[in-house]
Amino acid sequence: MDMLTCKGLSKEYDKGKRALDGVSFSIPAKGVFALIGRNGAGKTTLVRILATQLLPTGGYATLAGLDVVKDTGSVRELIACVPQEAHAMPWLTPRQFITSYLYWRGMGRDEAARSFMATMRKLRIEKYADTTNRKLSGGLKRKVLVAAVIASRARILFLDEPTTGLDPISRTELWETLRMLKKDHFIFLTTHYLEEAENLADNIGILNDGRLMALGTLDELRARVKYPYSIKVFSEAKAEKPRQGSMIVGEDGVRQILTTEREANRLSTKLIKRGVRLSMNPITLEDIFYYIVKKPIENEVYDNGEEYW
Amino acid sequence: MGKSIGSQIIASVFVNSLYMMANYPLVLVSTVLAPFSLLIAITFVSHGTLLPIAIGGAFILSMIGAGTGMQQDLSHFKNDFKLQDMVVSSPTSAAIYFLGMSVSELVYTIPVIIVLGILAFFYVHASLLGFAELAAVLIILFAFSCALGFVLSTFSSDVVESWAYAGIVSTVLSALPPVYYPITYIPMPFQYLAYLSPATYGAEIMQSITGVVSFSGGMLAVDWVVIIGVTLAMLAIAVKRSRWREK
Ligand SMILES: Nc1ncnc2c1ncn2[C@@H]1O[C@H](COP(=O)(O)OP(=O)(O)OP(=O)(O)O)[C@@H](O)[C@H]1O
Ligand SMILES: [Mg+2]
Repeated sequence: MDMLTCKGLSKEYDKGKRALDGVSFSIPAKGVFALIGRNGAGKTTLVRILATQLLPTGGYATLAGLDVVKDTGSVRELIACVPQEAHAMPWLTPRQFITSYLYWRGMGRDEAARSFMATMRKLRIEKYADTTNRKLSGGLKRKVLVAAVIASRARILFLDEPTTGLDPISRTELWETLRMLKKDHFIFLTTHYLEEAENLADNIGILNDGRLMALGTLDELRARVKYPYSIKVFSEAKAEKPRQGSMIVGEDGVRQILTTEREANRLSTKLIKRGVRLSMNPITLEDIFYYIVKKPIENEVYDNGEEYW
Repeated sequence: MGKSIGSQIIASVFVNSLYMMANYPLVLVSTVLAPFSLLIAITFVSHGTLLPIAIGGAFILSMIGAGTGMQQDLSHFKNDFKLQDMVVSSPTSAAIYFLGMSVSELVYTIPVIIVLGILAFFYVHASLLGFAELAAVLIILFAFSCALGFVLSTFSSDVVESWAYAGIVSTVLSALPPVYYPITYIPMPFQYLAYLSPATYGAEIMQSITGVVSFSGGMLAVDWVVIIGVTLAMLAIAVKRSRWREK
């Protein structure tokens, strides 16, 4: 039985405009699944459908074999969610907010107190346990919300952009915690930090315009891009096309070539000799993301037969 | 692992009343003061003759006000904190959340009940049965207004929208009905408007108990049937038809 299955999942908020358009995939087991995609791609919509907050208009989805629409009650026993725009009430302290959340979920007093303190320690924020949320920094407020769902008994967690607003150190600390949790949890997170997905996720999905463009481990996604090397050219320069590979022109004017290792070496040596500013790396998730999400643009540019380089 | 329903209810009471009162004591003062403005005015204008009715009226309006307050609290929680989404994605049902929040509003209203209770003890002369009937009317109206408030809060998508709901609801439910004075004070075509609010039926029962106005037994029976019927219907709507999961 798969952990998560979506089949033809669709959502049409307003007639004719699909926020999700026939999304089908499955994730076999526990661990972290990271969903990435541009603003408006449909990530939150997907999270809200799976977390039983929103009804789909088509298709179905199951979590641990339970249908999110038909078996809502059983699904809700298993899940916890931090919505994208959630905030802990400013007049509560983290202790008050989190223990209340745990009470809502039906946890008794002693267990809630214990679970609260253990989680605060895990996230290294125990010294703020009794500071009113109003006085906490933005990132800490976010951590309090994440702490609430971690402290719950839920084994399936939905975190919609959990690390937005966290400083780099807090973010890596949260990653550590999630890495520990993923052994016995299924964590569905969305993020705009691609290195977060790279570092944390067992599976990564790329959503664009309501469609799932790619899904797999980082290596599997790498394999989808024909060329494993990336050269980014920062300065204006005339040059030839790569013999092999493809080119994307970013909105910032930076040109990126994806190509083979050999061609990357040849081309970069040549360009450096000419004094062109560039960087050369094995492709990252960011490159894959651009490759997949911006593909249409790239093809268009290429087909024009324009002279680059 | 079992779920404690007591815990689930107490959570709402903590978040929506105890912690709130502890942090913003001023809220409490405003809640206690609210029913007194009209009560005092009516008492002075009527040279004291309407005081017993006005006390009953203040009781009724506090109960109706609890639901309006709940609607605004819950809209705020839902739209500004996404609390409803967090609770939806948890084992807590809409009914339990609604029940807990209703209890929290009741806790909020306790100081008002105490103050009005003391006034009633001295100025309202009714039998023990009369007081029991009065309590029943208040509980029924409280349940009605909370159920309505809950339903509306789940449909609101913004706190500004919830202010509009609150304005309309409080005009219909509490400004129109003659809770502080006998319904006969309202000129004829407008009396029908007053009957749009369950508070009017409750007020008639209350006014007959205080002995200031007398209604026929048949009319009072109708009053009871209406407030109980409307409240049961509203409770059913709250549990079955509120927008817990969005469409
Ligand atoms: N309640 C709504 N009513 C109508 N349209 C909506 C609603 N919520 C979202 N949409 C639309 O659905 C699409 C997907 O939105 P969604 O919030 O799921 O995107 P997202 O991937 O989470 O974006 P972001 O990265 O900005 O959070 C967008 O076009 C958005 O405008
Ligand atoms: Mg989103």
